[in-house]
Amino acid sequence: MSKKKENLLKGFYDVSPLLLPVVPFGIIFGAIGIELGFGPYITYATSIIIFSGASQIVFFQLLSNGASSIIAITSSSVVSTRHLLYGAVVAQYLSKLSLMWKIFLSYLLTDQAFAVSQEFFKKNSNDEYKHYHLLGAGLTLWIVWQFTTVIGILLGSIVPEELGLSFTIPLTFLALLINYFRKIDHLIVIFLSGLSSILFYEAPLKSYIILSCVISLFIIFLINKFQKKI
Amino acid sequence: MTIWISIVIAGIINYLTRLGSILLIKPERLSESAKKILGYVPSAVFPAIIFPAVFLNETNTIVQIHDPKIIGFFVAIVIGYISKNIILTIIAGLISYWIVIFLF
Repeated sequence: MSKKKENLLKGFYDVSPLLLPVVPFGIIFGAIGIELGFGPYITYATSIIIFSGASQIVFFQLLSNGASSIIAITSSSVVSTRHLLYGAVVAQYLSKLSLMWKIFLSYLLTDQAFAVSQEFFKKNSNDEYKHYHLLGAGLTLWIVWQFTTVIGILLGSIVPEELGLSFTIPLTFLALLINYFRKIDHLIVIFLSGLSSILFYEAPLKSYIILSCVISLFIIFLINKFQKKI
Repeated sequence: MTIWISIVIAGIINYLTRLGSILLIKPERLSESAKKILGYVPSAVFPAIIFPAVFLNETNTIVQIHDPKIIGFFVAIVIGYISKNIILTIIAGLISYWIVIFLF
């Protein structure tokens, strides 16, 4: 098997356990769009044009609550600012790629794809075709997200609410952090970010995610700096 | 019609947040300490998604200590710590959450 194909399949393989929450979430999102009265075309268009579950939900919820377009656009954009940090991490590994590759892979840079591919990049930084891993993981998520949005639009809420499947979202992100549980500096960042997100949850424009990132990264930066001096 | 314009604008901004850093950051110009801080990005972003979803309920108040989500959360942490296995962690958290919901 060629290295390209091998990495592509590895991306697919690595991201597949993370599909567990994506499938019900996609269906629920499609159903919510219809329920809120946006109609099938607009609901589906957001899955192609915005392609970010969290931003899409925020966008629809605000608009249907009577918020102005400006507020909806700003809030969904603030929610996606975390991608700037993801991009900064993967940029270290993708800098040699052509512009076309960067333009295309950026579209596929979602939470889950970032999570699995940055691990792969760290371990395979000398692999010439490592970006095929992100392509495999990203495309898998893209296809599943498109497919499940359509199912939700067509069939409505076929996921029983009693199952509480929305709980799989935090569980998946928790599972993505298991490699850091044994590292005290990472535990400090995790705790600080988690605490900040609760404290600032009601901050304007859904800014609690990026606020929590900035606060926790800044404090660990200070701690590292202080440690060096001793 | 305006909603289509809003979606396109939201989509473009969303895309630019993904493309921006990839396009503009030159790794050779990143200092060692900047690279070290970037290594913390997953640990800085994911808890901000995890904690509100576990510890807050629909009315944005803190959940009670015996909430099924809290049980599932801590079981997942323990299993994740021991097994270091992503699928096992998710399944253990979900099953313990279901057990609390459906049996108690």
